[in-house]
Amino acid sequence: MSVSDLRGRFEGLFERDVTLVLAVLGVLYLAYILAGVAFGYGLRGQLNAIANLTFYVGVFGMLALALNLHWGYTGLFNIGIVGFMGIGIYTTAVVSKPAAAGGAAQVGGLGLPLFVGITAGVVVAGLFGLLVALPALRLRADYLAIVTVAFSEIIRFTMMSRTFQTFTVPDTIDLWLFSFDPAPDTIGLGGGGGLILNYTNPLEALLRILFLWDPYLGFVSFVEENVISNNPKPVLDGLLYGVFLLIGVGLYYALLSRTGKSPFGRVLKAIREDEDVANALGKDTDRFKLTAFVLGAALMGLGGILWYSARGSVTPPSFRPNITFFIWIALIIGGAGSNTGSFLGGALFAGVLYQGPRYVKNLVQTAFELGSAPRNFGEAMAGFASLDPMPFILYTLDSVSQLRLVIMGVVLIWLMHNRPEGLLGHRKETASSVDLARPRSGGSSGKATAADGGDER
Amino acid sequence: MSETDESAANEAAPVEKAATDAGPSSAEGDASADGSSRDADLTDVMGAEADTPTGENADRYAPLEVEGLRKEFGGITAVDDVSFDVEEGTLTGLIGPNGAGKSTTFNLITGMLDPTAGTVRFNGEDVTGLQPHEIANRGLARTFQIARELEEMTVLENMMLAPKGQVGESLWRSVMPFTRGSVREQETEQLDRVWEVLDFFEIDHLADEYAGNLSGGQRKLLEMARALLTDPDVLLLDEPFAGVNPSLEKRLLEHIHELRERGYTFLIVEHDMDLIMNNCERVIVMHQGRILKDGTPAEIKESEEVIEAYLGGEV
Repeated sequence: MSVSDLRGRFEGLFERDVTLVLAVLGVLYLAYILAGVAFGYGLRGQLNAIANLTFYVGVFGMLALALNLHWGYTGLFNIGIVGFMGIGIYTTAVVSKPAAAGGAAQVGGLGLPLFVGITAGVVVAGLFGLLVALPALRLRADYLAIVTVAFSEIIRFTMMSRTFQTFTVPDTIDLWLFSFDPAPDTIGLGGGGGLILNYTNPLEALLRILFLWDPYLGFVSFVEENVISNNPKPVLDGLLYGVFLLIGVGLYYALLSRTGKSPFGRVLKAIREDEDVANALGKDTDRFKLTAFVLGAALMGLGGILWYSARGSVTPPSFRPNITFFIWIALIIGGAGSNTGSFLGGALFAGVLYQGPRYVKNLVQTAFELGSAPRNFGEAMAGFASLDPMPFILYTLDSVSQLRLVIMGVVLIWLMHNRPEGLLGHRKETASSVDLARPRSGGSSGKATAADGGDER
Repeated sequence: MSETDESAANEAAPVEKAATDAGPSSAEGDASADGSSRDADLTDVMGAEADTPTGENADRYAPLEVEGLRKEFGGITAVDDVSFDVEEGTLTGLIGPNGAGKSTTFNLITGMLDPTAGTVRFNGEDVTGLQPHEIANRGLARTFQIARELEEMTVLENMMLAPKGQVGESLWRSVMPFTRGSVREQETEQLDRVWEVLDFFEIDHLADEYAGNLSGGQRKLLEMARALLTDPDVLLLDEPFAGVNPSLEKRLLEHIHELRERGYTFLIVEHDMDLIMNNCERVIVMHQGRILKDGTPAEIKESEEVIEAYLGGEV
């Protein structure tokens, strides 16, 4: 490729996407920091808030990108995202938890290294994607939706089921692919109590692989001596994990935009537009739909792993369908069909709708010494009798987690009315690995007629 | 409108080298002129075509043969024992009043529907009941009655979609660093062809437009251009002139005739009797799911059954 070609690519990149992404992230972080400063947050609190923000920007960005492959590109109406996430993290847990069921762990695992567990989680999520897709892709879009949401609920109920809670023989459904001698005493999905993720902390595992663990510990003690005195490690861990998540988002983006900008992505787009036409042009649409679905499901599995693996435990209630709908809202905000839009949607959703209200609540509670909130709506309203709005305000703040859903609903309705294509859904992201402008060598025609003669629309 | 003059003048331009100017007699020179840029099998087809003068030839090779085709929807028989063949390098018209079973026949041939009985043979191979994409990949392309564009894809994307055998349609090839080069290479080659065809159909100025923004006539052009890029032997056009204004209709016809001279075979479904009579060498008339008459336009015009079916059916 020529120099000008390269330069054109970079210019295009900087003109639009990178600038846009950085601007949006910049505004988000600035808003968080300024709000923190305004309400008198300490440094530790600030860093913590930023780590949290980064975490959710990262996971929602990734999952929105994965969903964009299903819905934005291929038009597959998958509302079972959380099921694939759950499969991912549960598989990782079962594979990587230590074999010995000692200590606090109620159920043991296979005790394999964490990267094996993560790989297994991604692969198994992809395989379940195949399992769901094989019968379901023959269905029309809305039926696929029903199948996927039912699937994700089946997964959640399987996690909760007593039948799969504990086995003394390593012979669970999650494991038939890996035929090991029964080293662990017990194994299983942990039932309603969930699984304690007592494997190596993923951050530590990663840093150890990169031989950065000891320098990192040195850095932590340096910070402890000079900046934050009381145990800064969790905060720093959170920040660093957030950075790795953002790198993960970059990899997702690279993979998916490469997928999109290729003949493969072009066929996916064609399937979204009109499957019969794609078929009539000689494309085996079933194969393309299957491949896209499996890839998306595997990426959702990885998203689930990265979301939950740094936590101490996973429990089935984390995998309720509301997560699926959060990711859908993120994609709708960003604009289905655009990878950059998907990430922006994920970031904005995480920063404004998901973390925003909670952050505001924390800020207000830190800034003002507020009494305890009323326990129910009646008590909250009772204050108005004596013209005292405080109980109501307190109650509102206290219920901010539930109110978030209302806010999301309002935003969604507003978007549907005013900008159904989302922030970047209108953009042309041409599905081709090369620039489709007329090749210079072949441009001998020199005719620029407008002889279309069609009836104008 | 001035478009017609322009289009006639412009026909001389890029792709197809002065074909219209010289008229039908230049078919052979045409074939050799651009043979290099096309697939070998197509060159063969065109070479063979060049030897055969246009006109009646009873022994011509028939790539598409339909025998005893029958389709029932519940109690209704939409297509009833239909048999015909389409000879190479001809323009065959399939006409009939509404509900005669023309489109159903098309769908049966192209695999969109499975026939209740009967066979479809393409280039000597039984393709009955194959998937649409399998049939398309054997060289039988179709367009749709209502132009079905991929609306939120640009004209160029629509066109780039069509060619067969794209290595980049394999996900891993497209994504992996070492194989992506070959994908880009093939796409670059393909792009030349795409622009040639865009020029040929004179929709190159719309290349970056979303297909959904095109007018009805432009969509028809795009759809035909797209079908052509699949390198078909036989093109089935389902009402290519419906909703197209007269000047564009003329241009479409010119394109079709020119392509036929270069060896493509056409089967056209159409309502407009005059149009078919004036342009096709052979006409098949369907009525109530059956073939009423199969012959030259002159024979059809004299057939009383046909006149009755058309007039009687409509009154």
